[in-house]
Amino acid sequence: MSEKRLLFTKDHEWVLVEGNIARVGITDYAQNELGDVVFVDLPAEGDTVEEGEGFAVVESVKAVSDVYSPVSGTVVKVNEELESSPELINESPLDKGWIAEIEIAEGTQLDDLMNAEEYQAFIKEA
Amino acid sequence: MRYIPMTEHDRQAMLASMGISSVDELFADIPEPLRSAGDLNLPPALSEAELVRHMKALARKNVNLEECVSFMGGGAYDHLIPAVIKHLISRGEFLTAYTPYQAEISQGVLQSIFEYQTLIAELTGMEAANASMYDGATALAEAALMACGATRRNVVVLPENLHPEWREVCELYLKNQDVEIQYVPYDEETGTIDHAALQRLNSASLACVVVQQPNFFGLVEDVEPISDFIHQAGGLLVMAVDPISLAILKSPGEYGADIVVGDGQSLGNSMSFGGPSLGFFATTAKLVRRMPGRIVGETVDGDGRRGFVLTLQTREQHIRREKATSNICSNQALNALAAAIYLSLLGKQGFKEVAYHCLQKTAYLRSRLLEMTPFRLKFTAPAFREVVVAGEVDWENINQRLLKEGFLGGLPLKRYGMPDAALFAVTEARTKAEIDRLVELLGGMS
Amino acid sequence: MMNKTGVPLLFEISTPGRRGYRLPDLDVPEVPLEELLPAEYLRQQEPELPEVSEIEVVRHFTQLSRLNHGVDVDFYPLGSCTMKYNPRVNEDVAALPGFAAIHPYQPEETVQGALELMYNLSQYLAELSGLHSATLQPAAGAHGELTGLWIMKAFHEANGEGHRNEIIVPDSAHGTNPASAMMANYKVVEVPSDGRGGVDVEALRKLVGPNTAGLMLTNPNTLGLFDENICTIAELVHAAGGLLYYDGANANALMGIVKPGDTGFDIVHYNLHKTFSTPHGGGGPGAGPIVVSEKLAPFLPGPIVVKQGDRYVLKQPEKSIGRVKGFYGNFSVLVKAYAYIRSHGAEGLRQVSETAVVNANYLMHHLKDLYDLPYNRHCKHEFVLSGRRQKEQYGVRTLDIAKRLLDYGVHAPTVYFPLNVEEAIMIEPTETETKETLDRFIAAMRQIAEEAETDPESLRSAPHYTPVGRLDEARAARQPILRWRKA
Repeated sequence: MSEKRLLFTKDHEWVLVEGNIARVGITDYAQNELGDVVFVDLPAEGDTVEEGEGFAVVESVKAVSDVYSPVSGTVVKVNEELESSPELINESPLDKGWIAEIEIAEGTQLDDLMNAEEYQAFIKEA
Repeated sequence: MRYIPMTEHDRQAMLASMGISSVDELFADIPEPLRSAGDLNLPPALSEAELVRHMKALARKNVNLEECVSFMGGGAYDHLIPAVIKHLISRGEFLTAYTPYQAEISQGVLQSIFEYQTLIAELTGMEAANASMYDGATALAEAALMACGATRRNVVVLPENLHPEWREVCELYLKNQDVEIQYVPYDEETGTIDHAALQRLNSASLACVVVQQPNFFGLVEDVEPISDFIHQAGGLLVMAVDPISLAILKSPGEYGADIVVGDGQSLGNSMSFGGPSLGFFATTAKLVRRMPGRIVGETVDGDGRRGFVLTLQTREQHIRREKATSNICSNQALNALAAAIYLSLLGKQGFKEVAYHCLQKTAYLRSRLLEMTPFRLKFTAPAFREVVVAGEVDWENINQRLLKEGFLGGLPLKRYGMPDAALFAVTEARTKAEIDRLVELLGGMS
Repeated sequence: MMNKTGVPLLFEISTPGRRGYRLPDLDVPEVPLEELLPAEYLRQQEPELPEVSEIEVVRHFTQLSRLNHGVDVDFYPLGSCTMKYNPRVNEDVAALPGFAAIHPYQPEETVQGALELMYNLSQYLAELSGLHSATLQPAAGAHGELTGLWIMKAFHEANGEGHRNEIIVPDSAHGTNPASAMMANYKVVEVPSDGRGGVDVEALRKLVGPNTAGLMLTNPNTLGLFDENICTIAELVHAAGGLLYYDGANANALMGIVKPGDTGFDIVHYNLHKTFSTPHGGGGPGAGPIVVSEKLAPFLPGPIVVKQGDRYVLKQPEKSIGRVKGFYGNFSVLVKAYAYIRSHGAEGLRQVSETAVVNANYLMHHLKDLYDLPYNRHCKHEFVLSGRRQKEQYGVRTLDIAKRLLDYGVHAPTVYFPLNVEEAIMIEPTETETKETLDRFIAAMRQIAEEAETDPESLRSAPHYTPVGRLDEARAARQPILRWRKA
């Protein structure tokens, strides 16, 4: 997965948009901050989510982090592999560690998201 | 002072090393008006010998169960307690340890909790148990809240034959979480839950039905239809069980219960005027991450050696703060340890015998009362360790008379709106002679 | 021996037919089981309890105990937990049959000694706190917090102010504060700390308002610092119509020195297992009585003990919120705390606090050159260092420092708390330690600071001399094994 095609949020989620489907996960920076991920509380397929709203929870041994949806829409697919192998988020955050696919609601803007370069600059600042 | 080793010489040396001339300097940041003027109004300090004398004098003002024969139950029971327990739980490494946060030097507490969790899971027939809650009543309130969270519903059904104090605790916990409680009555004749009344509830909104087994009256509930009802309604079955009864009665796991709680005083813990005890808490694998309280899990160290740690901690208050499953941050570790020692001493056979003796001795009291006295039974359902005896008498007065003969009588149910009845408990600790004598005395008082 | 192989589980040493306790023979005529219980009520699958003899049980738990640290074993400077010595005589008196073998429903005239003790303990706690009435029912500090918040809620509702739905909590607060507020259905509003480690008064000024139900505060706070602005804080909260809750976790610093009630608090909880030396028992039982001001007294959970003439009776307060626990609280814990207070008296308790504060300042003074001290001022009974320097310069985390301390035979301080200090190391020595023990701890911490520089790897792989090495917590949480299962 080329990082170039991804867009990023200030809450350290990435999103890959193909057609009207947004695949969402957390960034390498985020997984590194969390440490060993031990559990992912996945949304249910069919859940509707709002932009900026928590829709999944990623847990490490001693930290919990909400995953905020970068887009509004409906969850159409979740990465069930994370149920038995939450460590995929550490090993492959941008690829095998994806969390869910969301069908983007009409009229959703993606303007606020950063590209890879902007995100790198953002985390350097932080 | 008794427990302060610091000498005047130590104090001077320490202050000097800090470049401080007096202890007062360390309190200089407290605004003067806030400092207590003069000493606290407390009684003068006692030496050890004086303290013991004073405490014995206070203790003597109580009638203790070594001086009388108890037939009182209602949530606290006079079971036999093996002598070994007090010696083992008095070991300083258990007694004076904190919560096992540093696992490498806390394997004793951690492994004993792991064993306790296993024993509770086995007793209840459930897949997992936590390290324990404050007591049975609070464990039940937390179970009801957990059921609401798991089902995203907010109506909890409590039976009217639930222990009145447990009911009060549930009301307080649930009311403050905007959970609605619906009560299901018991059948006046059997004393067990009225299944027809249960069926009439609007089932779509129910988070759970709570069943106490045996119920407050000591009667055994027919749980299967209740389990079917609530599961068809998409809610959970929460059982509040007596641990001793689990040796004989069908386990909550066998009934398909989703959450099981109970009070563990019966398992080797002294009565101590009602506390401390422990609340055990067990559930299914599916719901384990919603469980409140501490949980111990097995893992390995860098060399592959087995070890135990606190786990699934992200549910808890110190990490999730206002999003935690509960605010609880302790468990009743020493009481849970007593329970684990008790269950291992009794073992498979002994534990069954305790329950069997309770059942038989309760049945004996019941049959002798019916034979020898005009008293009758309030309810018809099968009883495990307690029996509600009815008669047109003043039970408080009867208890005063029994006390003069060295007997602590049954719990008068007047305060629970049943002036003609008293709840008698018979454990394995009672002898035939004691039961016979009680019946004889009651016969003379009817 | 056991350190290498571990202690087998009880279930692994089970041998069919063995038992560790024998009951008296059944002496009543037996009735066939089927006449007492319908067959469908009977258990099918029997529980897998271990089958072990008495000596095996004794050795098993004795061996387990030897894998555990305790105050009896060595120093336990766990911040916010007040791991002081637990006097043994208090265990003895709590075990007297007159206390340990009494039934909670015995007639009141047969438990006058127990009720007298509870009544007097309530009075002592009221005196210490500078408040009016107590309930001894809450089983732990967090339980006391919840009880206090329920009382707060009932009070506001009784005044027609049930809309007040916000509890203000400092960013340095114990995790139980926001969690308790959540349990009472309050919204949590966080107030930041100021440059001296206290509540940021200006920020608080903006947060209080018509929805403020109350503020929860520990004083001294979790940094071990006395909040000098407490009177202003109390004025702000009270002026907005809110109440002040005192989290008594740190009460060991101020006994006989400051009464929380005098500083504006309306509700106070005490952790009897901290301040009043009742043993922690590996995580409990404790007790978390709360004391409230006169106007809140009618809302206390019941029953409470009141004195009528020379008799003690149980009574439900007039507007009681109800009941927070079965029976009357963790009674035997109350007995031990009562005995502790009686052993000390007023002067003794003041000395306890003064000595605890001297000890903490002594440790702080002799460690602050090698570890960062975020707030450099006199502390009270505890203080918080930061391991930031060790992390940045040598890649050694606070966790590594904590684990290395175990090799020196002492328990680690509380780490990564409070949350407003990076790499926090929270140290509370208590008053019951000798100067030699404190010096040994200083030496260990200084040695570790040096090791961080010269041999960081030995810290990262610590502990080396404990019964097990660093345990894989990620593995435990990913694939939870929460019980033994029969193979």
